Amino acid sequence: MTLLSVRDLTVKFKTRESSVTALDGISFDIARGERVGVVGESGAGKSITGFALMNLLSRPGYIDGGQILFEGQDVTKMTPKQVRAMRGNRMAMIFQDPMVTLNPVLTIGQQMIETLRAHRKLSKEEARQIALVKLKEVYIPSPEARLDQYPHELSGGMRQRIVIAIALLLDPQLIIADEPTTALDVTIQADIMDLLLEMCRSNMVGLMLITHDLGVVSQVTERTMVMYAGRIIESGRTRSIINDPQHPYTQGLINALPQQTPPGSRLKQIPGTMPTLSAMPQGCPFHPRCALATDECRAVMPPLTQYGEVQVACHEVQRLHRELAKMEAAQ
Amino acid sequence: MFAYLVKRVLQAIAVMLAISLIGFAIQGNLGDPLRELVGQSVSEETRQQLREQLGLNDPFLVQYTRFLGNALQGDLGTSYFFKEPALDVILKKLPATLELVFGATLLIVGLSVPLGVFTAIRPNAILSRIIMAVSIVGISIPVFLTAILMIYLFSVELGWAPSFGRGETVHVIGYWDTNFLTADGWAHIVMPSIALSSIMLPMFIRLIRAEMLEVLQSEYVRFAKAKGIAPWRIYFVHALKNTLLPVITVGGVQIGTMVAYTILTETVFSWPGMGAMFLEAVNRVDTPLIVAYLIVVGFIFVVTNTIVDLIYGLANPTVKLARMGA
Repeated sequence: MTLLSVRDLTVKFKTRESSVTALDGISFDIARGERVGVVGESGAGKSITGFALMNLLSRPGYIDGGQILFEGQDVTKMTPKQVRAMRGNRMAMIFQDPMVTLNPVLTIGQQMIETLRAHRKLSKEEARQIALVKLKEVYIPSPEARLDQYPHELSGGMRQRIVIAIALLLDPQLIIADEPTTALDVTIQADIMDLLLEMCRSNMVGLMLITHDLGVVSQVTERTMVMYAGRIIESGRTRSIINDPQHPYTQGLINALPQQTPPGSRLKQIPGTMPTLSAMPQGCPFHPRCALATDECRAVMPPLTQYGEVQVACHEVQRLHRELAKMEAAQ
Repeated sequence: MFAYLVKRVLQAIAVMLAISLIGFAIQGNLGDPLRELVGQSVSEETRQQLREQLGLNDPFLVQYTRFLGNALQGDLGTSYFFKEPALDVILKKLPATLELVFGATLLIVGLSVPLGVFTAIRPNAILSRIIMAVSIVGISIPVFLTAILMIYLFSVELGWAPSFGRGETVHVIGYWDTNFLTADGWAHIVMPSIALSSIMLPMFIRLIRAEMLEVLQSEYVRFAKAKGIAPWRIYFVHALKNTLLPVITVGGVQIGTMVAYTILTETVFSWPGMGAMFLEAVNRVDTPLIVAYLIVVGFIFVVTNTIVDLIYGLANPTVKLARMGA
């Protein structure tokens, strides 16, 4: 059953004279309890997608068009009050850097209790009890004492656990995790990811995991969307995307992983850099970096097209499939 | 907490020593004390005798040590003009000045927080633009000019408020007479307080606005929004607390500075405080009184700063002493 349905979502950033397009009409669905990974380079629009879902874009960014249907309601048409009732309650978010996510002058307890009381009629004591339960769920040692501590007294890993506990406080349907382990020590990244996976599984919570770590995506998510320059260019089951990437960009991403090259040899990077929003090339935004680019790629933007279980936006893939179909027809 | 306190007190003592040294060094350069004491008709021989008696011929360090010793016992010399201990002269004038500073501080604290917060959360509102425009004017006009303009407008033209003196006061204790217990006292203190705050208030509005704008951009404010917290709580609990931390530090220094600004305000409004007294002392070359004033003001400065640092420690949980003291 569909929990979230995004259609033609366009996000723009106001500049002095006009505006630049950061998200160019993206569409995707997330089912109840489904875990979806969003991967791509920095600046591809991953985080913007996450913030747009929460209606939390900071200026000068704004939603220019499209629909975000969450539990049957369009987020883009909600009143501020409705948005507030949704945030942290039905849809929660985990931020990138736990060192700056929690307010330094409020105790952990205050920050948890206020969240509960913003959405439910609870006494402070009742809220405190729920907060305690959640802290235990995310394996915080001596949770009672933590409630009265300030963020600076806790380690980064501990703080991210608390952020996860806050996200889980009101049993949301969807959690958006924006690179939840990027800012953490390598040794605790895996712990935090395992915790997130466990929490989503046991509570049947949908997860949108924004990351550039393909390894994490393959462990945690069922479905993956690859973004490039504000567009979804490939999407499908995580396993098939990792094992059999179709789009040249996705192939490049996977070939660039250190595991793909013998030790000691040069990593296979994708040449060039992603175009900036203000200087987007005509046609396929990836063509300046693509070895297979044709005149068609330079002129026309390829649409996201369904091929079996995957969706790909690439002229070359389209041509291959067309030839495949011809050969099948000839037989 | 205790170790911190001791450290702060030692620092304060060091600062006071420096102030006293400077004050004392000035003393020798403000004319011959003998002339102020005995006039011109006394012979040179008697003068030399008196110099010897008063210890004015002793080496600088000996004189300074004697000065310090006396100062520690509360003796900052005797005013030439009032023929009274300088400290007593100042203590009599101190309450009037402190009440004036208190009035201005009330205005600043009471107005700068709401106005600063408002201009930060509604930066494009017309009212915000007006506040910002007026505040820049306030900062730019010197206190004495503001004071004179106010007297012209509100006392001379409109006749709303008296232009000089403290009016009717009520005796409290010791040298302390207060303005705050009679309507006439209030009427007299309003204009001087506004004049005194005319530079600090706009400065604080701008400071709070700038800090608040920065805090509102922070990740924890965004996270609070993502939790579905109501805007008023985000502004006044999440953001304001963080905004006020740096403001407290600046505020402490500025309260001390305001004591100095009272010289102008008190002179224009003939406010019988120690600021006006200081200006008169300068005119009369009443050296002991000048030095005593410098030391008392320095003392007030040091004490307020120490208190503010302690308050900062209590307000900011990341400063350890707050937890140890709690």
